[in-house]
Amino acid sequence: MSRYEIWIAFSTIVVREIKRFLRIWPQTLIPPVITIVLYFLIFGNLIGSRIGNMAGLPYIQFVAPGLIMMSVITNSYSNVVSSFYGSKFQRNIEELLVSPTPNIIILLGYVVGGMSRGLGIGAIVTVISLYFIDFSVHSVPVTLAIILMTSMMFSIAGLLNAIFADSFDDISIVPTFVLTPLTYLGGVFYSTQLLSEFWGDVALLNPILYMVNTFRYGFFGVTDIDIAWAFFMVGLFTLFLFVTTLRLLQDSSRLRS
Amino acid sequence: MTDRGPPALLISQLSKVYADGYEALKNIDLTVQAGDFFALLGPNGAGKSTTIGIICSLVRKSGGSVSVFGYDIDKDFAEAKMQIGVVPQEFNFNQFERPIDILVTQAGYYGISRSVALKRAEVYLRQLGLWERRSDASRTLSGGMKRRLMIARALIHQPKLLILDEPTAGVDIELRRSMWDFLREINRAGTSIILTTHYLEEAESLCRNVAIIDHGAIIQNTSVKALIKQLNVETFVLDVRDVLTSLPEVTGYPIVQADSHSLEVDVASGQSVNPLFAALDQQGVEVLSMRNKSNRLEELFVSLVEKKLPEKTQ
Repeated sequence: MSRYEIWIAFSTIVVREIKRFLRIWPQTLIPPVITIVLYFLIFGNLIGSRIGNMAGLPYIQFVAPGLIMMSVITNSYSNVVSSFYGSKFQRNIEELLVSPTPNIIILLGYVVGGMSRGLGIGAIVTVISLYFIDFSVHSVPVTLAIILMTSMMFSIAGLLNAIFADSFDDISIVPTFVLTPLTYLGGVFYSTQLLSEFWGDVALLNPILYMVNTFRYGFFGVTDIDIAWAFFMVGLFTLFLFVTTLRLLQDSSRLRS
Repeated sequence: MTDRGPPALLISQLSKVYADGYEALKNIDLTVQAGDFFALLGPNGAGKSTTIGIICSLVRKSGGSVSVFGYDIDKDFAEAKMQIGVVPQEFNFNQFERPIDILVTQAGYYGISRSVALKRAEVYLRQLGLWERRSDASRTLSGGMKRRLMIARALIHQPKLLILDEPTAGVDIELRRSMWDFLREINRAGTSIILTTHYLEEAESLCRNVAIIDHGAIIQNTSVKALIKQLNVETFVLDVRDVLTSLPEVTGYPIVQADSHSLEVDVASGQSVNPLFAALDQQGVEVLSMRNKSNRLEELFVSLVEKKLPEKTQ
C-alpha cells in the first residue's frame, strides 16, 4: 500500500470509530457528563466545603483535575474495548483482518478513535467544571502532554482487553475490578501525603497516580510526585502496552486461529 | 502457447494443525488458473474453510506456501490481499451499519478514497438489487440480501480473485439463479472465482474445474467434464402412465420399482437408452417422463467421498 492508501485506511478506521460513538451518544456522551456533575456537586460542593484544603488547594479544586482525568481514562478505555470486542463478536473484525491494512494502522486507528472519545469527554467535563470552579492552567505543555499520553495508554489497554476477551463479561471485568479501584486509589480524591509511609510507597505502583498528579500539576503547579519521573513511567507503560498489543494483533490465536 | 501469467492461486504443500492437534490440511497442492471458475468441494469438516481461511489470512498455516497471482501471502502480504475478495459462509458485517457505509468503509481498508468508493458502491448495489435498501440498517435486510451485500463488499476493491464460501446457502431458487448469472458475468469480465458449495448442481452449472477435498487431502483435481466422465452408472427415474402391476424386465438394465407409477433404472456410461424404451413399449409400459435421480456430480461426489472410486487420480 502507498502512504496515501495507508492514510485512507487509517482515517477510515478513525472516522468509523468516531461515527460509532456519536451514533450512540445517549450511551457514550451523556452518562459521563451526568456522573461528573454529581461528583462536583457531592464531593466538590457538599462534602468538599467541609473538608477544607487538600495539598494547599480548596478541595473542589483539588479533585477537579482528577475527575477530568477519570473521565478521559474511562472513556478512552471503554470506547476501544467495546468497539473492538463488538467487532470480534459480530465477526466484522474479519473485514479488517482480510484487508491489506497493516496491523500497526489497525492499532493506531482504534487508539485514535478511543482518544477522540476520551479527550472529547474530557473537554466537555472541563467546560462543566468551569461552572463549579475557576482555574487557570499552570503549564499548558504538561497538561496537554499528560492527557494525550494517558488517553493513548488506556485506549491501547482497552484494545488489549478486547483481544483477550471471549465474552461481554470479560470486557467489564477489567474496568470494574482493576480500573475503578486504581482510579479511586490514584489520588483523585486525596493526596498521598495523607497516607502512611508504607501505603504511600504502595501507591507509587499505581500508574494512575502519576497521571492524576501530573495533570493536577499542569493546572495548579501542585504535585505529590516528581513530574519527570511521572512522564517516564507513563511513557514506559504506554510503550509496553503498544508493543504487546501490536504483537498480539499480528500473532494472537484469539484473532487468527 | 500463450503466456497465461501467474496462476490465480498456487498452493504448495499446505498444512494446518490446530492447537488441539487436529490436522485439518495434509500438505495439499492446488492450482487455480487465472480466469477460472473453480469449485472446491468436500463434506463438512473436510478442510475447505480452513483452506479459504489461510488464503485470506484468517487462519495461520502450519506449513507450505500460498501465492495469489504470484504474490506470496507471507512475503507480499499487502499485494496478495489486494488481489482477493472473500465472501464468507456466515454474515460478518456490522448489522447496525447501512449497506452503503459497509461498502465505503471496506473500500477504505483497501486505501480507496470515499469518492471512488461511493461510485463503485452504487454500481455493485444496483447490480445486486440492493440500491433501494442502501440506507437501511443492514439487520433489516433479508437473508438473501445480506448474502448479496457480502458479495458487493467483496467486490468493492475490484479483486482479481473472488472466493465464495457457500454463497447461496439458504437462498431461494430464483435468487440463486440470478446470483449465478451475476457470478458468470463477473467471471466473463475476467475475475477468477473459487466457489465452495453444498449444492453440487451449482458447481456443475458454474464451474469449469473442480477439486474435491476430504479429511484434509485433495482426492480429485480435474475439470468438471472429466470428473463427470468418471461416473460409471447413472440412475434415471421413469414416470409411467398406468399403475405398475408387475416389474418389467429388460436385459442389461437393472430396474427397481420406486412406487406405483415410477421406476428407477441404472444405465451404464455410454449405454444407449433406446433399447430400454423399446423393451418397455413391448411390455405395455408407457413412459411419460424421464429424469436423473440425482445430480450427476452429486453421485460422483458421494462415491468419491465414500471411497468407492480410486482415492487419487492426479
